[in-house]
Amino acid sequence: MIFVLLVYYGLHQDFWNWTSARPLVFGFLPAGLAYHAVYTLGASALMALLVRRAWPAKLEAWADEEAD
Amino acid sequence: MTAPIFVFAYLAIALYIGIFAFRRSRGQAEDYFLAGRAIGPWVFVLSLFGTHMTAFAILGSSGHAFNFGIVTFGLMASSSALIVPLCLLFLGTRLWAVGKKFGHITPVQIFRDRWECGHIGTVIFFLQAALLVPYIIIGVMGGGTTLAVISGGAIPFWAGGLLVAVVVMSYVFFGGMRGTAWVNTFQTVLFLSFGLVAVLIISNGMGGFANVAEKLLADPRTSPLLSREKFSPLAFLGYTFNPLSAIAFPHIAIFCMTAKHMRQFKKTVIFYPLCILLIWLPCVCLGVFANQATEVPAIAAKLAEKAATMRPVVADDVMLRLLAHYAPEWLAGLLGAGIMAAVMASDSQILALSTMFTEDVFAFYGAREKFGEKAQVATGRLFIVIVTAFAYFTALNAKASIFDLAVQFSFAGFSAMLPLYIAALFWKGSTKWGALAGTLWTSSCTIALFFTPRGFTIAGLSPVAPMTIGAALLIWLVSIATPKPSQQTVDRYFSV
Repeated sequence: MIFVLLVYYGLHQDFWNWTSARPLVFGFLPAGLAYHAVYTLGASALMALLVRRAWPAKLEAWADEEAD
Repeated sequence: MTAPIFVFAYLAIALYIGIFAFRRSRGQAEDYFLAGRAIGPWVFVLSLFGTHMTAFAILGSSGHAFNFGIVTFGLMASSSALIVPLCLLFLGTRLWAVGKKFGHITPVQIFRDRWECGHIGTVIFFLQAALLVPYIIIGVMGGGTTLAVISGGAIPFWAGGLLVAVVVMSYVFFGGMRGTAWVNTFQTVLFLSFGLVAVLIISNGMGGFANVAEKLLADPRTSPLLSREKFSPLAFLGYTFNPLSAIAFPHIAIFCMTAKHMRQFKKTVIFYPLCILLIWLPCVCLGVFANQATEVPAIAAKLAEKAATMRPVVADDVMLRLLAHYAPEWLAGLLGAGIMAAVMASDSQILALSTMFTEDVFAFYGAREKFGEKAQVATGRLFIVIVTAFAYFTALNAKASIFDLAVQFSFAGFSAMLPLYIAALFWKGSTKWGALAGTLWTSSCTIALFFTPRGFTIAGLSPVAPMTIGAALLIWLVSIATPKPSQQTVDRYFSV
């Protein structure tokens, strides 16, 4: 999962969209902005995956134990 | 004057919610400051998001996009969509667990207990308080700007800011965390509902965004706004450090401790990026496309100033100008109330400052034992009045734009404080001296930032990156060279 996260972080730096606004997605969204909008949606999917795979389940039980 | 009536109605509802929450309160410190650690799942998701989305997200983002183009979304929104939920998932849940297990209410209480320190915690409190004040000022500025533009100048900036400050202060004063969470939930629902409507109306008024985009691309002065050709990739990378500040903001860290169950974080981390998209994308689009709104006199004046000086202009009001020009007055009022809802997120910051003062200073130095818990809550309320008054009078004279104020001080400083949280919660070897070194480093850098010119970079990176890396390195180096807390304390925190 750490590798997936690092790759996804790297994908934020979309140098291939840097200098061109075209194609305009839906006729008005510049390519760079559309890419980052999709990136944001992808982040939500990644978080859903993390919640399934890396949820710190033991923490809640630990917190509910009697405090020292 | 139809439009301001909707905004006044909204302010009255927010005030009523605060007073309603006051009736439910039990007068104890944990109930007032943390809503009794019993915030439910949907209120937690919407309120946490509302707490984080402020005038910076609504007015600051469109103002920045007006000057710099689509890069604004990548600089703050898409990076936040990845990093903020990650911080909530791994740090927020641990803050919740530690707070619940050991009864802590503020981050400084955790630091003091974890590192067995006293006055170092006070130093951290002062740094957190100093960094949070600019963010509160932003809220007052946003409120004043919104009312001034929506009323066509009939309500001056000073009066709008004063009204917002008094309303926010009142419902925080009465409702505490419960009132603030409920108002934030209402605010988030309101803004998410009306944001899309605002975009559609403005797009229609401007002849369709496709038409506007083509015109912007055809003009060599405005076409760079639709790409990032004028922005350095290295500076863009450096900005990804800014969202690290989210969990280090005391109001977010404290809010993490209000959840009834830890599983409430699940919905929050999944929906957080979607909420960011719904708020930031319309704001950035409107800010960029405002460069073609030459028929709006106030925007035409900004464009003329930008062309004459070849420099960015203060443009926090562009979205409101578009709304006031293209929407019918009653609808502008309704949408203005939605914008006001997001702008008024300074409530949780004011409450956080009050919580920190009463817990980390008032209670820590013995006043709670001496004067009792009711006196502690009363002191917290007095502190709310003082902080709001200070923020209001500072906002009246603030020269910087909302985006600059937030990025230069609050985001950079709190991002550099994140290593403190990681060290306390995840590294057994961290020490109070390491924490002090990191705190002094961040304080020094923030003071230095005050004297640097706008857009200052270090080796091409915005200052937040070296500040954060420097703080992490100092905490590490000083911690390995200084004595550790007792094994008993380390075991308490790492027995999970």
